[in-house]
Amino acid sequence: MFRPSASSALRSIPSSSRLVASSAPSASRAFHATASASLATPAESKSAQVKEFKIYRWNPDTPSEKPKLQSYKVDLSQCGPMMLDALIKIKNELDPTLTFRRSCREGICGSCAMNIDGVNTLACLCRIDKDTNKDSKVYPLPHMYIVKDLVPDLTHFYKQYKSIEPFLKNDNPPAQGEFLQTQEDRKKLDGMYECILCACCSTSCPSYWWNQDQYLGPAVLMQAYRWMADSRDSYGAERKEKMQNTMSLYRCHTIFNCSRTCPKGLNPAMAIAKMKLEMATE
Amino acid sequence: MATSIVRQSLFRAVAKPSMLRASAPGLMLAQRRFVQTESMTPAENISYLNSQRQHRPNSPHATIYQPQLTWYLSILNRITGVALSGPLYVAAMAYLLHPVIPAIDSAHLISIVQDLPTWLKGSIKLALAVPFTFHSFNGLRHLGWDVGKALTIKGVYTTGYAVLAATAVSSIYLAFFV
Repeated sequence: MFRPSASSALRSIPSSSRLVASSAPSASRAFHATASASLATPAESKSAQVKEFKIYRWNPDTPSEKPKLQSYKVDLSQCGPMMLDALIKIKNELDPTLTFRRSCREGICGSCAMNIDGVNTLACLCRIDKDTNKDSKVYPLPHMYIVKDLVPDLTHFYKQYKSIEPFLKNDNPPAQGEFLQTQEDRKKLDGMYECILCACCSTSCPSYWWNQDQYLGPAVLMQAYRWMADSRDSYGAERKEKMQNTMSLYRCHTIFNCSRTCPKGLNPAMAIAKMKLEMATE
Repeated sequence: MATSIVRQSLFRAVAKPSMLRASAPGLMLAQRRFVQTESMTPAENISYLNSQRQHRPNSPHATIYQPQLTWYLSILNRITGVALSGPLYVAAMAYLLHPVIPAIDSAHLISIVQDLPTWLKGSIKLALAVPFTFHSFNGLRHLGWDVGKALTIKGVYTTGYAVLAATAVSSIYLAFFV
């Protein structure tokens, strides 16, 4: 259930034996993967653009210390364009104790979800604001229990996802072959199946902040509707019946923070509104 | 110190950061890995995890989240609802005091309001008209969503600004021109 965590992945230490073993004439050669790479000249140094990053820190080993914002200064001319690049640079060069989740660096794993300058997004898809006069504030996902620094505890979120039975349920599978679906029916799933469960939307939702023990939240509700809307699934009525209580679904007050913040450009609020409409009219 | 190094976190091999980094960047002189692990039984794991969970802080939320039209109008809808219903209950129930305080009846109240200076009358009416008009227009917006209209970010923002504009115009009209 745990996503790969940057903190747990110890930097692998390149064995120095390789340095010794290679009989290459120059020692620097050993650092380059190819011979041609060693011929490359370093890029001309650009003028420094130092930007301040203020990052939420909390260490479980000293639980009595209150969470605080720690300031780091990064030269943007020596850093990649994305927020995740800055975080990795800070971890590599300034403070190896900084802890955050990351994996794919291209917005498909959902690990690096965090609150950057007040908005929940994926650090790998979020460009650094080039304005060096303003600092950038990085917090973990809002209103979540914090394991360490930028790592929230998503156990409950995943349990909620499990509770909606996110898989095809049909008692009458086709006699042979696979379930068939018209192109129109398939289109109904567009905008929902793409969800990567990064929890940006759920943790941007004020209703989820106050009632996350019972309210399912936008991410999980959109996945619930994704299976209700699937023509191949025959348990739509049962799935809807499970939503017929005051908390699971109806704590959604159509606030739209979820759709506003989704780093994948999806629209959970619309999926939830459609679910409500179907439940009211069917 | 020793225990704090060993037991930094659950499931986790631990290294002292300063040991990992050699003085020259990219050049690691360490041949040994300075890693210590400690095996735990599943029961110990759970109790250790639970002891950590007890201390986990809640991350900041409303105070750090960017002000956006979406959730600001939502909370405004809640506030104006309370601001309308609260005074209505109080005013309605105040009539129960009529036997004790005979001045509380409609005729008296109307004459009191009539004698107020215009600016004060207008201000009081504005303070009531803003929540009334906003809550009404935003209620229409919610009804639109409930039948499946304007369920996009663009729809949310255009209807949101429309509600604010309609609130401003209509509440000023109700307060000073009626």
